[in-house]
Amino acid sequence: MSAVIDDHGHADHAHGPAKGLMRWVLTTNHKDIGTLYLWFAFCMFLLGGSFAMVIRAELFQPGLQIVQPEFFNQMTTMHGLVMVFGAVMPAFVGLANWMIPLMVGAPDMALPRMNNFSFWLLPAAFLLLVSTLFTPGGGPNFGWTFYAPLSTTYAPESVTFFIFAIHLMGISSIMGAINVVATILNLRAPGMTLMKMPLFVWTWLITAFLLIAVMPVLAGCVTMMLMDIHFGTSFFSAAGGGDPVLFQHVFWFFGHPEVYIMILPAFGAVSQIIPTFARKPLFGYTSMVYATASIAFLSFIVWAHHMFVVGIPLVGELFFMYATMLIAVPTGVKVFNWASTMWQGSMTFETPMLFAVAFVILFSIGGFSGLMLAIAPADFQYQDTYFVVAHFHYVLVPGAIFGIFASAYYWLPKWTGHMYDETLGKLHFWLSFVGMNLTFFPMHFVGLAGMPRRIPDYNLQFADFNMVSSIGAFMFGATQIFFLFIVIKTIRGGAPAPAKPWDGAEGLEWSVPSPAPYHTFTTPPEVK
Amino acid sequence: MADSISLKKLVTRLLLVVVAMFVFGFALVPIYDVMCKAFGINGKTGGQYAGEQVVDTSRQVRVQFLSTNTADMPWDFYPKHDELTANPGAVNEMVFIARNPTDKPMSAQAVPSIAPSNAAAFFHKTECFCFTQQVLQPGEQIEMPVRFIVDRDMPKEVKHLTLSYTLFDITARHPPVAVNTGG
Repeated sequence: MSAVIDDHGHADHAHGPAKGLMRWVLTTNHKDIGTLYLWFAFCMFLLGGSFAMVIRAELFQPGLQIVQPEFFNQMTTMHGLVMVFGAVMPAFVGLANWMIPLMVGAPDMALPRMNNFSFWLLPAAFLLLVSTLFTPGGGPNFGWTFYAPLSTTYAPESVTFFIFAIHLMGISSIMGAINVVATILNLRAPGMTLMKMPLFVWTWLITAFLLIAVMPVLAGCVTMMLMDIHFGTSFFSAAGGGDPVLFQHVFWFFGHPEVYIMILPAFGAVSQIIPTFARKPLFGYTSMVYATASIAFLSFIVWAHHMFVVGIPLVGELFFMYATMLIAVPTGVKVFNWASTMWQGSMTFETPMLFAVAFVILFSIGGFSGLMLAIAPADFQYQDTYFVVAHFHYVLVPGAIFGIFASAYYWLPKWTGHMYDETLGKLHFWLSFVGMNLTFFPMHFVGLAGMPRRIPDYNLQFADFNMVSSIGAFMFGATQIFFLFIVIKTIRGGAPAPAKPWDGAEGLEWSVPSPAPYHTFTTPPEVK
Repeated sequence: MADSISLKKLVTRLLLVVVAMFVFGFALVPIYDVMCKAFGINGKTGGQYAGEQVVDTSRQVRVQFLSTNTADMPWDFYPKHDELTANPGAVNEMVFIARNPTDKPMSAQAVPSIAPSNAAAFFHKTECFCFTQQVLQPGEQIEMPVRFIVDRDMPKEVKHLTLSYTLFDITARHPPVAVNTGG
């Protein structure tokens, strides 16, 4: 690898970070911005998690105990919004910021100033969003999918703040995505052809294109809401010739690619981690790339499977049902590739690998319940029950979030220069694993038995399973505080990490020392 | 990379995609309307029908009528009869009654919908109060006719139709002209 300037101290040319708070406000360094994104995402994860704790506490027993139904609605809405836009997406952007330049041998992101701006929009957006909870009339209470007319005609006054918050998040995501595409396409080291890129880079490239394609549609969607509410238009109001069902089409045209935006980078991270700890190259690299691209393409033509019950024609139901089931094919290719990578490998189970293996198994469970939901006639029964809640939490918690945890443990030595405490990491994994399954597995049963989602009270017959779910949720929630402790402990000390702490790891990021110096690859490395 | 396009060009192109997709979001509105019309989805009925048809006396269809007020709409609004039996091709009429019980003039818009939705394209209204807005003075009551033809080509399996109207208060958007009733 090329020379890295380790020692500095010249007054004329600053090579290290600036001192004090302004370092973080003004930084254009991809590692600093990545760190900011990751910390922001973790704060939002705890905030969204605390909303979930309110929900589970209320659902601990049937009847209304702790919160009023109006507030419960705000909790379900804010939990979804904060987790999707505040926790999962920024966490992946943070990982992209940290790792993509290191993985492609670039000195920084292609557009560093825009990078700074796209991060700092996020705290503003979420301050705006969360502040609505303290307004008279309360915050958004219409579900994270904000269907019109609940979010227009019947919305609380604060909906305008919600709309502007979504606008800011959208602008932030679009700028982040443009930055990722520009970095990957323009700043790769010499010799790093597209088909030599690490899979995490590939999945992020595809994710970035998805973001660029659908975030503007979401912006258009909330703009139409804004116009309906304040400027007398009737996009979604039947009284003026509009149609509330149109809202669902526009929303899910964004919404379905959005769920892949939240999972594709996790696919990429797991595709880095499993080969490392199986000590074998990834099985079927090329097919992984094409499978990811296929999933991205299919995500644009399946949106109406969220709307089977609104009254679309039979031909439409059949088309969207088969198109949805088709997604199982490229996803299956991926799962089989991961399994084949592990097959006859010299596997060890350090914490990142535990999270990655759990990801493959549990994400597959979520995928299978997704296939059940894809069957239109069956979906008529499952629609809006806890079965749906179980399904998407199985793809998001052990999918997206375990993918983020796996990445965090995998690259923590590179970020901090210290090894994390393996015993504590494994404990974090097992508590998360048990807590998560305890929370969400019983939801399949109560959902199939007919318990509706987003309701603060329920029939007595669901009481036992709900109590189990709540206990699991409290366990999972508390465990994440423990994760915070592990990360802080790793930052403050621990065994020094070598440049390549995992003996099976491959890639440019392991050629720089740990912790990664403030500036890396100022001279591009040669890739053979 | 030497073979890649310049950063400026790339970012410009990506920004163009962003703008195009934002416009596409709005373009979904007319696309949706065209699709609904073309496939008769969503129970949306067409505009005024001018054609005439030969009556098919061999077939009868039950047509049911529903009326719904949106929240906060205080008018009394109901059909004179709950249902009638129609021969495809024949012109039928049903009268809906609306009364404004408040002490303010109000305007309203009725929005029709047909179930099952695959019959919507075969339900023709030759006259409907839903083509215009209604303005009622305080205490005023009107009878509003709707005339319709059930198409002879309507799918055979449809033996009964529901025509439902939802009445919306649009006073805020279309302020009614207050008339001087002279006491």
